Amino acid sequence: MSATRVVVVGAGMVAHRFLESLLSRAETPLDVVLLGEEDRHPYDRVGLSRFFAGDDAEAMTLERSVLDDARVRFVAGDPVESIDRGAHLVVTRSGERIGYDRLILATGSSAARPPIDGADLPGVFVYRTLDDVQQLREHVEGMSRQIERPLRGCVIGGGLLGLEAAGALQGLGAEATVIQSSDRLMSAQLDLPAGESLRRLIEQRGITVRTGARTTRLVAGPAGAVIGLEFTDGTAEPADLVVLTVGVRPRDEIARAAGLDCGDRGGVEIDATCRTSDPAVMAIGEVASFENLCVGLVAPGYAMAEVAATRLLGGEAIFGGYDLSTKLKLSGVDVASFGDAFATTPGALDVVYSDPVGGVHKKLVLSDDATTLLGGMLVGDASAYGALRPLVGSVLGADPAAFLLPEGGVTAPTGELPDEAVVCSCAGVTAGGIRQAVHEQGCEDVASIKTCTRAGATCGSCVLMVKGLVSAELTSMGRTVSSALCEHFDMPRRQLFDAVRVSGLGTFSAIIERFGRGRGCDTCKPVLASILSTLTGAHVLDGEIATLQDTNDHVMANMQKDGTYSVVPRMPGGEVTPEGLIVIGEIARDFGLYTKLTGGQRIDMFGARLEELPLIWQRLVDAGFESGQAYGKSLRTVKSCVGTAWCRYGVLDSTAMAVRLELRYRGLRAPHKLKIGVSGCARECAEARGKDAGIIATAQGWNLYAGGNGGATPRHAELLAEGLDDEALVRIIDRFFMYYIRTADKLQRTAPWLEDLDGGIDGLREVVMEDSLGICEDLDAAMDLHVEHYEDEWAATLADPVKLKRFESFVNAPTTADPSLAYTPSRGQARPASTEERRSGEVLIAGTRLEVRR
Amino acid sequence: MSTQTLDRTTTTAGPTWRRVCSVDDLEVERGRAALVDHAQIALFLLSDGTVRATCNRDPYSSAYVISRGIVGSREDAPTIASPMYKQVFDLRTGSCLDTQGKDPARLRTWQARRSDGDVYLLWGRAS
Ligand SMILES: Cc1cc2nc3c(=O)[nH]c(=O)nc-3n(C[C@H](O)[C@H](O)[C@H](O)COP(=O)(O)OP(=O)(O)OC[C@H]3O[C@@H](n4cnc5c(N)ncnc54)[C@H](O)[C@@H]3O)c2cc1C
Repeated sequence: MSATRVVVVGAGMVAHRFLESLLSRAETPLDVVLLGEEDRHPYDRVGLSRFFAGDDAEAMTLERSVLDDARVRFVAGDPVESIDRGAHLVVTRSGERIGYDRLILATGSSAARPPIDGADLPGVFVYRTLDDVQQLREHVEGMSRQIERPLRGCVIGGGLLGLEAAGALQGLGAEATVIQSSDRLMSAQLDLPAGESLRRLIEQRGITVRTGARTTRLVAGPAGAVIGLEFTDGTAEPADLVVLTVGVRPRDEIARAAGLDCGDRGGVEIDATCRTSDPAVMAIGEVASFENLCVGLVAPGYAMAEVAATRLLGGEAIFGGYDLSTKLKLSGVDVASFGDAFATTPGALDVVYSDPVGGVHKKLVLSDDATTLLGGMLVGDASAYGALRPLVGSVLGADPAAFLLPEGGVTAPTGELPDEAVVCSCAGVTAGGIRQAVHEQGCEDVASIKTCTRAGATCGSCVLMVKGLVSAELTSMGRTVSSALCEHFDMPRRQLFDAVRVSGLGTFSAIIERFGRGRGCDTCKPVLASILSTLTGAHVLDGEIATLQDTNDHVMANMQKDGTYSVVPRMPGGEVTPEGLIVIGEIARDFGLYTKLTGGQRIDMFGARLEELPLIWQRLVDAGFESGQAYGKSLRTVKSCVGTAWCRYGVLDSTAMAVRLELRYRGLRAPHKLKIGVSGCARECAEARGKDAGIIATAQGWNLYAGGNGGATPRHAELLAEGLDDEALVRIIDRFFMYYIRTADKLQRTAPWLEDLDGGIDGLREVVMEDSLGICEDLDAAMDLHVEHYEDEWAATLADPVKLKRFESFVNAPTTADPSLAYTPSRGQARPASTEERRSGEVLIAGTRLEVRR
Repeated sequence: MSTQTLDRTTTTAGPTWRRVCSVDDLEVERGRAALVDHAQIALFLLSDGTVRATCNRDPYSSAYVISRGIVGSREDAPTIASPMYKQVFDLRTGSCLDTQGKDPARLRTWQARRSDGDVYLLWGRAS
């Protein structure tokens, strides 16, 4: 069968979705050419403003692998200039002629420039493409260097896009004024009272708003660039730059020239199958005019993309019309409108809740009998948007006021949601579709729903609804939330630990055959690696155990974002000799590694490639160092202050204790990472109470605190024992750690473990000090085994050619460096180059051997 | 790095079997990277003896690290979990089974086979 030739014009969001859908479903051969005008890979236009929040162009790129498909040829930067419908071909600017069997127009829209004087002066921008925002940012940065005061930016157009642009200007440090010709902001979505509420919220955010202001011209200054605006009422507004957000125009020019039917208000006319007036040509996205309307939202475009792909593959699908629901993406300003927000349905009723002081205005539109939800507007508090939007068209089943009141507990009434209610409008998934996925495809969580149905994967606003639906459905099926480790083991970690211990099984294959099913995954394999390490004391890279390790444990270093690793030489207690420092400096210099101090009193060296790791360890081992676990679910560091050795206030020798503890527990594998701190007096300079085990010296001896945690949910450790001597301290920590290792859940740190433990800290004290369970001897023996079996994992690897093979970069080119690595100098060292930097080819240093000497 | 230059000649020239390494160079259920022409490939030897080949580039992080992930299974599918952000891919098709909430992305896959103790790739075309 010869391949169907598909030509797609326009490489925007909708074209990308179309190809993704088409390519993943096609069973017959396809030969696809995608022609884009913009000189880049399709990107997330909806997220364009993220550019001002620090995201680079790469972060906005849409999934690249879609176009990596061998059936697709993608040509960027070569727009189609004409269509020859008779000959079934398109002609590009470069003169290429490309034949098609099916032509898809996805040319989107362009930003409109109003027909006023000065609309194309320097300093006047539109807000549609990555090039637009890049130019805008460069302009602002350039001017900011010349002008001392904050720049003044005017945005003409007070719709969704204008407000987003005003937020972006603020983000660039400019003062923003929004100029709106009608009487209110977001006039397409909001009525006057709602618009007034929004205005107050926008002004509170420091953005000036002028409504009813019609611009007559943009005024040029002596240098030729814009310096201000003039209005019909004779007033003026100064401006260092102007952003135009007055609407969009469908890019229907090539379609028009080719004689395809176009709408009165622009756009290529399509029917519900996305077909244009020529059966071989389809149009999708913003350029398509359905029922004489083009819509500037991505969700209907995606719906058209799915329809067009299905139709092209011979299936049946219908575009069901536009859902105009929208939510403003401006931080701190919560606005949404959905359904028949303006109550145009005959007999429709309004229910309004307004709190001018709190800046909240909400309106629901109901059917004439006040039972069916038709639409609504939410300003100041749009938290009910996700729950209400899917209810449009269905019976509310509760007093409408309950949905409007603050704190109204607008818990999504998912139980009653009718099957046909659309929950995810991006992917067009109904409540029934989600229920079906739970019943028939075995989905049990949001992640599997996303995979099966795509619901929740685009804008994410429906995720809570989806979650509610899934658990309601599972409950109705009589299911309880499972404590299984993963799909391979039905038991939780604690039970698995006991099973492995009692059975005495020592290999993954034997364990999964006996207690589980399948071949494991990245949840259960590292858990078993950790359990086996505690029970057998085997090296992390011994035989089959090696295959269970997370990447960091597998190569015994810490993976960074570009796939290289960081190496952290062990410095027990943070002590290092001058000679040691020199060696580390030399290694970092010779391998071109970026160096930085860690929070755990060590030195981190970044940018080591896989095949360089053994060479670096050899240098460390030769100088008397070992590398350290700055990664993995294991003991990380023991932080300490300098203690009695030097400090005028020290009570006990905290550094010596820290060194002893680090040497004792190094390499100990646990359900999660473990950290220790030792302070030499009550001043607590080592911040020990933020650690899993915190030790503080007192005149009576050591106090031991358990279950502290820094990070995202900080928690102070609680007092477990007081006035301990060195030996007693070590024994209690032994038991505490080993008890935790045996009984904690997967990825549970000591803080939540202690919270879950029967009796909390008192319960722990009974177990480890009073031996209430009679297991202390066992715990002691387990820790002794660990200490006895400890070996320098890095030195052991260097001595074993089988283990060393794993550090070859390529199986057929063992010392060749990863050719994709590239670096940029930054403050005298190297860091991974961003995609922009790679593309521009500037300031690049190849990854092979870094030469960043100064 | 650029995706814009997918060369047509590769599709028309026709694929051929290319030897990459010996089976003994691989470890059961742990990947290895290989360099074929200038492409970075990830090779996996499964517990049933099958060899699978995918692109070594993780589509979610753009780093060339897929070979360093954990091999496992999901129902019947042999899988690889990216070591970077933990997305899980079907080793047979490259499709993503757990996107971790990101948009779906695919790993390219190649046909691989073993013969006389060596590993071969059907080279010149990605499936
Ligand atoms: C800042 C901003 C924020 C937005 N926020 C939201 C939001 O929150 N929610 C929402 O639903 N929508 C939002 N949108 C709108 C959304 O981005 C669009 O609806 C969506 O991008 C439309 O996709 P498309 O593929 O139809 O068109 P586009 O993404 O515009 O892509 C069309 C592409 O075709 C190219 N092209 C045109 N003519 C030719 C030719 N002759 N040959 C080759 N190529 C051609 C264009 O250069 C362009 O790259 C926002 C838009 C912007 C600018």
